[in-house]
Amino acid sequence: MHPALSVIFFTVTAGSGYGLLILLAFARPAGLLPNISPDQIVFTGLLGLVLVTAGLLSSTLHLANPRNAWRAFTRFRTSWLSREAVFAVAFYPLAIAWLATEWFTGNTFASNLLGFLSAALAVVVFICTAMIYASLKTIRQWNTRLVPVLFLLLALVVGALLLMCVGALSDLILGRLAGLTVVLIVVTAVLKFIYFKVIGTPAGPTMNSALNFTQASLRLLDVGHSGETFHTREFGHQVARARLYWARVVCFALAFAVPVLALLISWPVGSESGLALMLLAALSAYVGVFVERWLFFAEARHVVNLYHGAQST
Amino acid sequence: MKLGLVIDLDTCVGCHACAVACKQWNTSGTTGPLSDLEPYGAEPSGVWFNRIRHYEADVYPNSKTVNVPMSCMHCEDAACVTVCPTGASWKRDDGIVLVDQSKCMGCNLCAWACPYGARELDEESGVMKKCTLCVDRIYDENLPESQRQPACVLTCPTSARLFGDFDDPDSEVSRAVAERGGVAQMPELGYAPVNRYLPPREKPEVTVSEETRGDSTPGGAAGLIGKWMKRQKDAFDRFGKRTSGEA
Repeated sequence: MHPALSVIFFTVTAGSGYGLLILLAFARPAGLLPNISPDQIVFTGLLGLVLVTAGLLSSTLHLANPRNAWRAFTRFRTSWLSREAVFAVAFYPLAIAWLATEWFTGNTFASNLLGFLSAALAVVVFICTAMIYASLKTIRQWNTRLVPVLFLLLALVVGALLLMCVGALSDLILGRLAGLTVVLIVVTAVLKFIYFKVIGTPAGPTMNSALNFTQASLRLLDVGHSGETFHTREFGHQVARARLYWARVVCFALAFAVPVLALLISWPVGSESGLALMLLAALSAYVGVFVERWLFFAEARHVVNLYHGAQST
Repeated sequence: MKLGLVIDLDTCVGCHACAVACKQWNTSGTTGPLSDLEPYGAEPSGVWFNRIRHYEADVYPNSKTVNVPMSCMHCEDAACVTVCPTGASWKRDDGIVLVDQSKCMGCNLCAWACPYGARELDEESGVMKKCTLCVDRIYDENLPESQRQPACVLTCPTSARLFGDFDDPDSEVSRAVAERGGVAQMPELGYAPVNRYLPPREKPEVTVSEETRGDSTPGGAAGLIGKWMKRQKDAFDRFGKRTSGEA
């Protein structure tokens, strides 16, 4: 699949924002950042909303006819894209109500409850985003339950590291959040490794099965078009195997290895060098997840390629 | 009603006339234009509702060329309709899947959901386009009844394409599928495609002589012709050398 920059930026940036907001809702009640103040929550929450908004705006850039984008709210019952749009818009009033309550009333039952509700809705929005891809039976690399799980986990990894930056900046007690971040990164790395194993196993239709010629070998003689088509541009995107391999290495190094190392070096967190290391870790994870999302597209093989000459997907 | 096409892979000669007729009718029809990018450039590209690909099954001397035209299968459970966030993609009661261009936002999700490559984005207008089964012609009462068929079906020089209602067991399409064992493409994805492909008929085995196969020294007339051609080639090579030597 063609890796569209606007969609990669959207899923990574909005994901980081949602991840940050989800963990922020639990920062005080669950003791991740036990001594975070209400105004620090509001400041961090606004940062999350800026990331979410930047992502959502970018997502409209890949529309060929954005004039009709408002209609995307109308097919909630069947379309994951429509659900994403509805929930993403519904998220704003809830999140703003949460941050406003936090600002005016501080640590109250209402502010904590609104925080939990916002976090739950953020999970729903981002699962809908992932399901746009995971629901497509035409792309086996996407059509797996690991996809929504990994989308959410990767968002939480970057979100957790951003929250670490906030904590380090304000000299907050970080121990529990740091522990959770390491656990998140390890779990995500293991699942991502399993994902690569899963998509590496041949499966799904082949050129023979797609064309119902199963008695003998089959090869493409002529594809029937002389130049590029919408399908070759959208689905025919291919990257050399060596490059995919190195992208996987870079993804693991930047998204998982560097942040874990930074966390371990700065342990116990809160030392002088903590903030710089946490900023480095968050930036590295963001770039690593960006590479991961590029791979997510570059490694996806649509079944239409079988008709264009591929023997399998 | 379950309107769709039957395509006979035994008689299709891969001439692309159906694709051209489709483009001609639809580019000036209700879903038109089917925009082209750089139509006179080195790399022309554009929207087509129907594309024909050519395959070779098995290997020589048992090989067979198979021409496979593909357009929208008008699936009964069309994923392109359910994934559409705007409601632009819809299915009529007669089974035809259409795009309402006034509602499409060009997000490409329906094209991603379609396994058959039936949908193409028109980059000029920014909306998705696809086969309409010539909905603007099959119901046109101003046309004589024999003409109320999709353009691709009418134009096919080998009558390899049939159009009709698959819900009617006595229709031409239903009978052809029953007689010839028509099959759907990638039914395992669960979208219940309507169009059917009639497989090539069994052919008598052709014996190929060893000379034609080229795995023995030719004798007889073929050998004589070969020797004569070799002599001509040698003479030509010598002639070339002599002229360059003199110059």
